[in-house]
Amino acid sequence: MSLLSEPLPRTTSTSSPVPDLADADRKALSKKDTAADHPTWCPGCGDFSVLALYYKLIEKRKIWHEKICTVAGIGCSSRFPYFVQAHGAHFIHGRALPYATGISISRPDLHVFVFGGDGDAFSIGGNHFNHTARKNVKLTYVVMDNHVYGLTKKQTSPTSPLGFKSKTDVWGSTDRPINPMKQAIAAGATFVARATATNIPHLLLQMEAAMDHDGFSFIECLSECIEFYPGAFDAANPRKGGAFNQVPADHDVTDEYAAYKLADAEGSGVFGLFYKVDRPTKNANEAKLIADTRSKLDGLADWQILKKNFDRMK
Amino acid sequence: MSESAISSASGAAPKVSTVPEAVIRIAGNSQDGIQAIGGFLARLAGRSEQEVMTFMTIPSTISGGPSIFQVRIGSGEVLSAGDDADVLLCFYDHSYANHITSLKRGGIVLYDSDHVTPSPELAGSYHHIGVPISSLTVEAIGGTGRDKGKNIYALGLIARIFNLNSPKLTRLIEERFGGKDPKVVEDALNCFNSGYGHQVQGLLQSFEFHPGENAGHSQVVMSGNEALAFGIIAAGVRFGAGYPITPWSDIMELLRRELPKYGGTFVQTEDEIAAVSMALGASYGGRVAVTGSSGPGISLKTEALGWASMAEMPIVIIDVQRGGPSTGMPTNVEQSDLNIACFGGHGDSPRVVLGPSSVEDCFYTAIEAVNIARKYSTPVIILTDQGIATRIEAFPYPDLEKVCQDISPDLTPVAEHKPYDLSTADGITRHIAPGTRVANGKYPVVTGLEHDELGHPTGSGKLHTQMNAKRRNKLRKLAAELPAPQIYGAPEGHVLLVSWGSSRGPIEEAVKQAREHGEAVSALHIKHLNPLPNGLEQIMSGFTHVVVVELNDEGLYGNGQLATILRARYCDPRIKSVTKTDGLTWKVREILHRVLVLTK
Repeated sequence: MSLLSEPLPRTTSTSSPVPDLADADRKALSKKDTAADHPTWCPGCGDFSVLALYYKLIEKRKIWHEKICTVAGIGCSSRFPYFVQAHGAHFIHGRALPYATGISISRPDLHVFVFGGDGDAFSIGGNHFNHTARKNVKLTYVVMDNHVYGLTKKQTSPTSPLGFKSKTDVWGSTDRPINPMKQAIAAGATFVARATATNIPHLLLQMEAAMDHDGFSFIECLSECIEFYPGAFDAANPRKGGAFNQVPADHDVTDEYAAYKLADAEGSGVFGLFYKVDRPTKNANEAKLIADTRSKLDGLADWQILKKNFDRMK
Repeated sequence: MSESAISSASGAAPKVSTVPEAVIRIAGNSQDGIQAIGGFLARLAGRSEQEVMTFMTIPSTISGGPSIFQVRIGSGEVLSAGDDADVLLCFYDHSYANHITSLKRGGIVLYDSDHVTPSPELAGSYHHIGVPISSLTVEAIGGTGRDKGKNIYALGLIARIFNLNSPKLTRLIEERFGGKDPKVVEDALNCFNSGYGHQVQGLLQSFEFHPGENAGHSQVVMSGNEALAFGIIAAGVRFGAGYPITPWSDIMELLRRELPKYGGTFVQTEDEIAAVSMALGASYGGRVAVTGSSGPGISLKTEALGWASMAEMPIVIIDVQRGGPSTGMPTNVEQSDLNIACFGGHGDSPRVVLGPSSVEDCFYTAIEAVNIARKYSTPVIILTDQGIATRIEAFPYPDLEKVCQDISPDLTPVAEHKPYDLSTADGITRHIAPGTRVANGKYPVVTGLEHDELGHPTGSGKLHTQMNAKRRNKLRKLAAELPAPQIYGAPEGHVLLVSWGSSRGPIEEAVKQAREHGEAVSALHIKHLNPLPNGLEQIMSGFTHVVVVELNDEGLYGNGQLATILRARYCDPRIKSVTKTDGLTWKVREILHRVLVLTK
């Protein structure tokens, strides 16, 4: 085995070199260019709206395929990366956030979008949610919250309301559900918004704002599971006789306590941006550490830096 | 018990005698700085072109406790830290009581007479020299009433007994404490000089080492964990993630400190699973990343390791083994993670496992691991152990300009890309990094679901069969490319000892001793543990007995973990097993005795 770095050619045969295109010479991507596999979701699933808006976001903001990365864990909604023509990763259950963090920190040139469900985010991945939020890693996390486990066919989820009847709580759930908004605010997320898959323009606004936020941006998007929890969010849908209550216009998004109070709203709650502050990201902190450290090294080559260490161990 | 070569300490002339090597055991409490004494001796040996190997035990309690540091310095080949000591330095009664039997008959026991009361009945067996180390240290520093610095005072005594190069040691002390308050350096030098200048009562003779045989090339002295971490940096890795656990923590601390100098980052994560996940994300970002742990953390990482096999994502995972299962014996040595490294996890998940055998090997194995991960797009586990992690050795200064490599991601656009192309030779495919434009607009997905060539999910049994074959065949290709293992000793004989990991040194020393006694014993060291290199059966066929010597339990069916794998692979009943789990490295004597009984 050669110890020296050998050139490792790409393993997919390419007929000829591909020219680099200037952004100006490229056509904005349409839905046709960004759609990949046909979604495996049930007809009527709320997740279709989120996917359609992701295509829309890419088109509207002229994002190129290769400049984004779509990451998910396990669950119905976590099938997301297969439905998007972009570099994507379908990781293991609950661990999409640390995986996405690895991409975000090592590749600051990309915008990382993570999609998942309530089980992935708040149950098996609960600890990662807290720590990715507190570290303020630059990425956008959209949780399609349906209040039930769908892929495994109707078990209680961490956001299922008290009394919800599932295959694992046939008498009705007795465990207090997690409040995702409070969880995110308390953990230190710097962008916390709430939306629903049934209000498309509002959801698109939240997704755009989240993408533009320099830090950990989190959206809880209510997304109805028509198979295992139909009607769960009717109360938030005017077409089903409910009310779409928005965050009051005078709400101060930098006021943590006010945001926390909004999360206590009765019924299906309020929608919009709860909390947004600027705090240095993990990415920026690490980049600063690197810049400060390297400024003292007088442009030495890597092997010369290593030699300084080895000389001390002679 | 063997006789010490320096047993004539109380004899008359000559005043200075020359010895080829010496084993010095320092026994005290972990907060006494006894590791510092050993470290200075090891570093001095490195600068004097001598070979050196150390061994230490540390308590797993926070507040410290009994601890030893053993240094073996020699001018010839030093393969182990030595079974028994020539010199025992002990600070307390418990150090004396627990370690006097590890001293060779006639060896020197140098004790702190302020704390140790030697046993009168042992006076005839060992040469006792008492020095009031604690009170003389207090005196040397100027009577502060504290004996901090008695380790350096003792170093001075040892330097006197072995006629060590005092200007070189002075320089080492200055380098070590140089960054601190000038008073610290001053105190340290006062302690050292007082110890060095002390007229040791009863020592009628002193010693010096044969000149080193390694003249001409300079050496570096470091621990296995340091060598591994620096090897990872030399290999071009610029991202790592980990969670603290003994004895892996020093690697992550070093990488956290050093990587920013190279433009890299190490993230301390919330748990072990986040660490492997984050490293996999960074690897996917286009440059092989590293994570690591010790036993319990490796158990937690296995689901993600399976994903890496399935998604064919390169990653290097370091496992500094310790006594298991569960929390086990955190500060003791054991080689019981071979099974989890080779097979841990659900499903058929091929991966590569490498076991470095020395501190120097740790440095180069790290680079090899990174390059195997890149070339074969596979997870690679480096199995080291507590013994090698904390052991200090000197090795030739590497040609850093030559070994340091740049493995930055290549983002040149491609016409098309299939991440799991089934048409490639030997099943080897490599990913393109995100950020790479694919001209035909078909972008790859990396996934843990069984998939087609583009990474999209499939339920096809045919594809699952083909992809399983792809993942397995590429490692068969690696096996065919691995260098043939070298035999230590004659290619034919009565007994072939098989070693892996840190047991290599004592096993080869056992071979050396056995051959000196006319026994036809050879050794085979297996570094590439999964896949095994081709051709082992030919090597084994030259011997009547094949004995695998390893630090783990013999299991339900009477064979250690590597022995079980070799028996399964070669169906050869001559393969036998010698194991132990006492938490200590092999003594040469133990190996010879156990093998003799087994092959009679």
